[in-house]
Amino acid sequence: MALIEAQGLEKRYPGTDVKAVAGIGFQVERGEAFGFLGPNGAGKSSTMRMLACVSRPSGGTLRILDRDPVSHGRELRARLGVVPQDDALDLQLTVRENLIVYGLYFGLSLTHMRAKSAELLEFAQLAEKAGERVEHLSGGMRRRLTIARSLVNDPDILLLDEPTTGLDPQARHILWDRLFRLKSAGVTLILTTHYMDEAEQLCDRLVIMDKGLIADEGTPRELIERHVTREVLELRFPPGEQEAAGEKLGGDVEVLPDRLLCYADDGDAVLGRVTELGLHPLTALVRRATLEDVFLRLTGRSLTD
Amino acid sequence: MLPAFVYWLFRYRRTWQSTAVVSIANPLLFLLAIGAGLGTLVQGDVEGVPYLRFLAPGVLAAAAFQNAFIDAGFGVATARGRERVYQTAIATPLSPGEVMAGHLLFVGLRVFVGALAFVVVMACFGLFSSFGTALAVLLAATLTGIAPATVVAAWAVTVTDFPRLNTVFRFVVMPMYLFSGTFFSVEQLPDPLQSLMYALPLWHGADLCRSLALGTATLGTTTLHIAYLGALAVAGVLIGRVTFRKVLYV
Repeated sequence: MALIEAQGLEKRYPGTDVKAVAGIGFQVERGEAFGFLGPNGAGKSSTMRMLACVSRPSGGTLRILDRDPVSHGRELRARLGVVPQDDALDLQLTVRENLIVYGLYFGLSLTHMRAKSAELLEFAQLAEKAGERVEHLSGGMRRRLTIARSLVNDPDILLLDEPTTGLDPQARHILWDRLFRLKSAGVTLILTTHYMDEAEQLCDRLVIMDKGLIADEGTPRELIERHVTREVLELRFPPGEQEAAGEKLGGDVEVLPDRLLCYADDGDAVLGRVTELGLHPLTALVRRATLEDVFLRLTGRSLTD
Repeated sequence: MLPAFVYWLFRYRRTWQSTAVVSIANPLLFLLAIGAGLGTLVQGDVEGVPYLRFLAPGVLAAAAFQNAFIDAGFGVATARGRERVYQTAIATPLSPGEVMAGHLLFVGLRVFVGALAFVVVMACFGLFSSFGTALAVLLAATLTGIAPATVVAAWAVTVTDFPRLNTVFRFVVMPMYLFSGTFFSVEQLPDPLQSLMYALPLWHGADLCRSLALGTATLGTTTLHIAYLGALAVAGVLIGRVTFRKVLYV
């Protein structure tokens, strides 16, 4: 029995005809880390809000922990942890108070929350900040506090909406480490992201979303193998010469406004051919294919649009 | 106790001292400047009592009304908007109705504390004949604030642009503040305006507070005022249950 099952799930907001989510189906199994990858406006956050039982689906079916999220919202929310995109911490309260108040929302006692908040702050590496106002915390610390807050009820499922957007590389790695620990402890993670490396690092399985639909689904490795070659050669030419160079080179080439992507199992071999053809790129780089290439293949657009 | 209310108490712990000072200073200045100062220009009695006695309960009601608008209007719009207090709370088992109830209770507490400070200052001016009178006036003033607060909260949760709140404050709240029998009797107004004031909540609140303070209250008018304000409070809660749900469960 899957923890979450969606079929033909849709979301249309009042006053618009556009479907933010236009009929998607997916299952999430217990203990896995499941990702929604896609650019802004793909329908990721709308999907997350429906999973968080605070947004009524406009069509299709959604079952969470074998219950209907609309009729059993309260009961389900008690078993979910939510990390919203914008933290929504209380800046005027202290770090500890933010956790305590949130625990009270779940019907937990003040005594319980005093002990629990100490344990959670230890986990979030914020123990020495307990008495400080959130106002004075860095972005990375706030994010970790938001994750600590989402754990007050020991949730079965943790929903993370773009957990590392806006964080510096070091803060991202600290956060990923904490999420790995949660996953090892058996918490089911569901996250949205538009970072390929994040999806590859964290997700066992993911769906690629675009314009409210699922373009494909699989493990990061499967998706890369299915849609792109092992390696990619990136070439940059002076402005205006991109198209001509692409035509001359032929083969499996994607022409982007700023560069050419040549898909090949042996990138160096293609680079050799470039030189043979008398082409002179400004820069040339052979790298492993990533989810970004998959996304580009599936939608014809890059994720960072 | 309601967790959504306890949240606001945590917030209040940070600010109660500064708000308490304002709550005392405001009536003190009002009663000194207008009651005892400007009031000396008022020849003779107003409705049979010295001007200060007439003025104080009116300003008490108007202050409760105004505080309620600020807390329920700006407070609710900020909690839904910039601070996202509600969105955080509804991710938990709490329902939009409970989130609203918690905030309204807190607005009620703030209105009560403000009115209490005002009543204490009035007592210092010797404006009450007995403790019972002071208590009755305190409760009346609290009701005067809570009644419109529920309606304002039900509306404010739908407001995303703050200037609209300011506009309503300037063109609805301020005129009511000035003309609802606060500083002078409504009977001095020309008729269409007079009837309008009788239909608005602040006149009921001001008349309730004043008649109780001066000992001129009759069972009929007191019942009418309380019924009017009570009905308004209930209507606001009923509308708010719909608007909070609609706005928060998008």
